[in-house]
Amino acid sequence: MPAVTQTREAVEKLGQSTYKWGFETDIEMDMAPKGLNEDIIRLISSRKEEPEWMLEWRLAAYKTWQAMQEPKWAKVAYPPIDYQDAHYYAAPRKKPGPKSLDEVDPELLRTYEKLGIPLHEQALLAGVEVPEGERMPVAVDAVFDSVSVATTFRKTLEEAGVIFCPISEAVKEHPDLVRKYLGTVVPAGDNFFSALNSAVFTDGSFVYVPKGVRCPMELSTYFRINARNTGQFERTLIVVEEGASVSYLEGCTAPMRDENQLHAAVVELVAMDDASIKYSTVQNWYPGDENGRGGIYNFVTKRGACRGARSKISWTQVETGSAITWKYPSCILQGEGSVGEFYSVAVTNNHQQADTGTKMIHLGRNTRSTIIAKTISAGRSDSTYRGLVRVQPKASGARNFTQCDSLLIGDQCGAHTVPYIESRNMNARIEHEATTSKISEDQLFYCRQRGLSEEDAVGLIVNGFCRDVLKELPMEFAVEAQKLLQISLEGSVG
Amino acid sequence: MNALSKDMSGPLALFANRLNTLTGAQRQSAAGALARTGLPDRKSEAWKYTALRALGKQDYLQAPAQVDEAAVRALLDGVFQAHPAMAALPRVVFVNGRHAPAFSVAPDDVDLSFFGQNAEFGLQAAPDRDPLVALNTALAEDGLVLRVPAGEDAGHLMLISLGVAQEQPVSFHPRHTVVVEKDAYLRLISVQAGQGTYFHNPVMDIRVEDGATLEHVTLQTEGAQAISLGTLYAHVGHKSVYDSFVLGLGGQLVRHEVHARLASPRGVVHVNGAQRLAGQQVGDITSVITHAASDCISRQTVRNVLDGHARGVFQGKVLVEQVALKTDGYQMNQALLLSPDAEIDAKPELEIYADDVRCSHGATVGALDDDQLFYLRSRGISVQEARQMLIDAFLDEAIALVVDATAQTFCRAVMAARFAQKGEA
Repeated sequence: MPAVTQTREAVEKLGQSTYKWGFETDIEMDMAPKGLNEDIIRLISSRKEEPEWMLEWRLAAYKTWQAMQEPKWAKVAYPPIDYQDAHYYAAPRKKPGPKSLDEVDPELLRTYEKLGIPLHEQALLAGVEVPEGERMPVAVDAVFDSVSVATTFRKTLEEAGVIFCPISEAVKEHPDLVRKYLGTVVPAGDNFFSALNSAVFTDGSFVYVPKGVRCPMELSTYFRINARNTGQFERTLIVVEEGASVSYLEGCTAPMRDENQLHAAVVELVAMDDASIKYSTVQNWYPGDENGRGGIYNFVTKRGACRGARSKISWTQVETGSAITWKYPSCILQGEGSVGEFYSVAVTNNHQQADTGTKMIHLGRNTRSTIIAKTISAGRSDSTYRGLVRVQPKASGARNFTQCDSLLIGDQCGAHTVPYIESRNMNARIEHEATTSKISEDQLFYCRQRGLSEEDAVGLIVNGFCRDVLKELPMEFAVEAQKLLQISLEGSVG
Repeated sequence: MNALSKDMSGPLALFANRLNTLTGAQRQSAAGALARTGLPDRKSEAWKYTALRALGKQDYLQAPAQVDEAAVRALLDGVFQAHPAMAALPRVVFVNGRHAPAFSVAPDDVDLSFFGQNAEFGLQAAPDRDPLVALNTALAEDGLVLRVPAGEDAGHLMLISLGVAQEQPVSFHPRHTVVVEKDAYLRLISVQAGQGTYFHNPVMDIRVEDGATLEHVTLQTEGAQAISLGTLYAHVGHKSVYDSFVLGLGGQLVRHEVHARLASPRGVVHVNGAQRLAGQQVGDITSVITHAASDCISRQTVRNVLDGHARGVFQGKVLVEQVALKTDGYQMNQALLLSPDAEIDAKPELEIYADDVRCSHGATVGALDDDQLFYLRSRGISVQEARQMLIDAFLDEAIALVVDATAQTFCRAVMAARFAQKGEA
């Protein structure tokens, strides 16, 4: 039984009660002074050698942000954030092109190693030339703090016509594309955190898949928050033209530290006629220690626009990390017959708080959406599914199916389900179901009777509980995700 | 208390004169809370789907003590018309929020008194948290105070609230208290009806003590221009049952808000309902069921049929506290949209802090099933009749949950009469 073996391994690793990914890379940083004002935004913009329109866009967003209030409706509690007490720009020091891995900052290599990036990819990431003819299945755009350190496989992608590069570079090299789409799915003023992000975003990924192209490899990004007191404001924009498709993976780990860190990313997806985007996330940022000290605040706005007919956007997420999660990957189903999907596993333990879910906005005829959300609460944590399904008057024949299941482990945690269902079209069909329970005694007994320890049995049952979501993940993520589930729930049973 | 007036903006300004001349600590404190919060707008999560703008369009006067008797008689006849047998049951009639003894038939076996004689606000209502309860607390003039003595089976009682507004729009804010003592039994049938433009703002404080049972059916047939925003609190004791059902048919803007608290082990709460709305009607069924003790059961089935430009709102929260182990909670909201302009907004919510529980909820929205229509039509039934049969069957699954046969028959009769008259298309 592999799941059991994995559980045991995972739990053993955690026996040392350290956060597996809790390491900190000590390399020199180029850092802006603390605080946020127009000068800082100008500094960010000039450091990134941005064109004038980009700076103006940022400044407008900053003005909007200043007039906005931090949202309070989510079921999370945290001390007030001092937005002036953070650095809004940090870049790793650049060295001119290393010739081999030996020349690369060893700290950086060690970070990659702990992240589990294979050696040859490490070389690519660090900017080392690689012998011709070597092909790799995954392209990685590593965001190391705020500046993309390297982008791999660009050549292969370029041959296919796919643009995959840091967004800061896209602003310079593909300004027309960026200008056309940036902020059209998530406008700067959409919410408090998106406005903040629009003003100060430092980097992120840009993907453009031209008409009719099936992206030849899965695109992947490793996000890390690395320097002390640097808020991380990623900006991702993925545009997929007619008949094209892409699968994008986002994985996150962060070093261990005590101070809370704010992360306010914005992800925008645009799918044209018959296009499809699959966006997968495994998020295991530092959740804080068992007493609730430290951990990342993850306030993210992710939204996809199915603009074209028969387009499809699929969000899959495994959320095990962060002290506080505030995240609602959404789909605006505008094109006729477009499809939105949301598959989510959210695990909270110790003092974590998660308020996460999705929004499916049906605008076009015969649009369809599926929501499968699995929530697992353990320790003293609180986990909330908050989802919106809205059918507008023109969305005749719209269809939604939603299933939310919550599993409680222990009597100190909370699991909440808050769906909003709004239909303004009589020909739409919406079905929603939700359950909350603890792990069934019968299932546990069955496993124990066959010689499994309680912890192994729980691991097995939890994996089964999440199966519907995990099977949606690309292979390499599914394996990591399963391990993460075990790690996250360690110590919650018994 | 003149200081208050400057804070009374928006719809609240309409009540400012009355709110500024209050006496008594509880009323003044409620008015103070109201002045701080104002009436809720849609930014308030609890009022996300129901706007009170309509309330601000009229200047509501304090309902006058003298009301045209013929109008009251006609309304009362209207209540019994669908099912005349109901007229034989004991009843307490309120007209514009005041007890009308001339129209009442006193019940046996219960203790009956009135809020107008001795104002007791009870402990459950929370004026500081709910502005409409605060408004009621500040302005309540009368109400039923009913006590079913321990061990007594009090049979049926009708509580009939009539609104009669003639020239001027009026508002009334009755404050009812119902206590069913240990091991006692009561079947309470509340009926709300009226004519003209009025604002009915009742608060009902219910205590079902250990081992007691209250079966409570509310028939909502307010007048077409009426706004009715009622809040009901139910405290459910050890092994006691509060079984409730609301049938929403009338009114321009109607909200039926229930806060039920399972305070001791093995209590049972049912908060069922059905509403059938058309035209510009807005009907809101909101409930918060709190499991504050172990081994309790809560059940909720709500069915909505919406035609014309009607909008149905369902907000149902099940809160399971940490002590409430072995909780069994189930909630289902279903809506049938009959017209392209009808709308349903549903928010079923689970908030759970105990692990050994079994809670679930479901929601569905859709139109009449074409296959079912075809089946009936292929058997020679007209479209109109077939639609009516399917709608009736859909609502009847909720009405069938009414335990008391008398009340169930009454609900069916009222519905049949209402929709037969109008010749539904």
